[in-house]
Amino acid sequence: MKFKQLIPLLLVLMFALVTGCSDSTTKEAKNDPETKKEKTDLILATTTSTQDSGLLDVLKPDFEEKNNYNLKIIAVGTGQALEMGTRREADVLLVHAPAAEEELVKSGDAINRQKVMYNDFIIVGPAADPAKVKGLSVTDSLKKIIESKASFVSRGDDSGTHKKELELWKKSSLDPKSFGETYIEAGQGMGATLQIASEKQGYTLTDRATYLAQKKNMPDTEILVEGDESLLNIYHVMQVNDEKHDKVNAEGAKAFVEYMISEDTKQIIKEFGVDEYGQPLFFLFE
Amino acid sequence: MELLLEGLKKAIEMILSGDREIFEITLLTLRVSITAVLISTLIGIPAGMFLGLAHFPGRKFILALVNIGMGLPPVVAGLWITLFLWRSGPLGDLAWLYTPTAIIMAQILVSLPIVTALTSTAFQQINPKLILQVKALGATKIQLYWILMKEVKLAILAAIIAGFGRVIAEVGAAMMVGGNISGETRILTTSIVMEVSKGNFDIALALSFILMTLAFIITFTLTYLQQRKRSL
Repeated sequence: MKFKQLIPLLLVLMFALVTGCSDSTTKEAKNDPETKKEKTDLILATTTSTQDSGLLDVLKPDFEEKNNYNLKIIAVGTGQALEMGTRREADVLLVHAPAAEEELVKSGDAINRQKVMYNDFIIVGPAADPAKVKGLSVTDSLKKIIESKASFVSRGDDSGTHKKELELWKKSSLDPKSFGETYIEAGQGMGATLQIASEKQGYTLTDRATYLAQKKNMPDTEILVEGDESLLNIYHVMQVNDEKHDKVNAEGAKAFVEYMISEDTKQIIKEFGVDEYGQPLFFLFE
Repeated sequence: MELLLEGLKKAIEMILSGDREIFEITLLTLRVSITAVLISTLIGIPAGMFLGLAHFPGRKFILALVNIGMGLPPVVAGLWITLFLWRSGPLGDLAWLYTPTAIIMAQILVSLPIVTALTSTAFQQINPKLILQVKALGATKIQLYWILMKEVKLAILAAIIAGFGRVIAEVGAAMMVGGNISGETRILTTSIVMEVSKGNFDIALALSFILMTLAFIITFTLTYLQQRKRSL
């Protein structure tokens, strides 16, 4: 075969592949009666913990079945999710940084903010517990971790968890920036941060859901501090205000907020994780 | 090490059981990568040919730009495309952000300079005497270009292979502009990142085997096509 003949052949092969793939998706769409009414896209900006725990994998198909929207879930840190709300690049937010959320409501960027669920943050560390913090209060354990020169791995990415951690340092009247090398800023998601903490035999603040999901990879890491009221991790859902931007899908956002606080959804959240971990990952406000 | 074997076993299991999600993710990966490489090839080869053969003021400057483009970090490409495709951005009305089209755009941005630069280098290496001779034999412009194309066909295929390698391995930009949305923009590389952050190293490894197999098959086919000409 000459090279001359080769190029068209390659092109035909590639086109066949490309069009073949797109064909299968359109056929699928035709078979689905739901798509007769045009589905509009609804962009949900949320934190990685709701995706990494698998909760959204359960909620997304259920929401789409009950509502005629195509839910696009963008899982980023809470910092980025809130910024997407301010810029109106998302329609609805599901995040866990109450103080920062209130600012968004105050500035008029977000409306219809509703409490959805909570779980708790925990401080995990090596099972040997070199700083001897097991069972102490949050303030005492943070002090001890620093005094004992043990490593503390921070998310360092402006996420909800990171914001919470900074709040806890402040409450304990400690400045993590002054700790030097033992304070490690990972700049990554919770999963990666837990891995770093485990490798470095360090301590870290994590949400319980992500820790339970990762536990199988870190046999040496244990929950050392839990149950303090300051460790509550509250998730809110809110609509992005469509007043300043006509591209925001306000109707869809409203539908999602209503879906998240409906009784059926509450039931799903309550039971989520029980089968796999023997305990629920998220709790509801009764 | 045990995990490696486990991952390989899981990959074979996933493929044999015809896991629908894996199938869709793999298909989308292929669709996006091949479309991007195809467009890069269709634009990059003529552009590279022009840059390699023509002489005009500012040519060296453009060549330098294209060479810099070869090293464009995918994350930077992703960030720029995000800014352009934002609702508040200049192309916001298209609503392309978080669609496969956005991923294809980012992939083109990182692979086009590679195809263009490598093609232009190939054309620059043609002996000028050959061009003179072909012209002297009375070839038309199109005939001349066709003959030169045949002269550098190996290098052109190498350019396509390099472009494809860049595209199929890319993750940062695809994550940023695609958003890793399940069933829509989730491709093999972004799902590997996600599964790692979920702590599912076995699934991530399984996906990595599927990705590597895919890359191997396509690169092998292209290499085979490239090398079988050599015996002539």
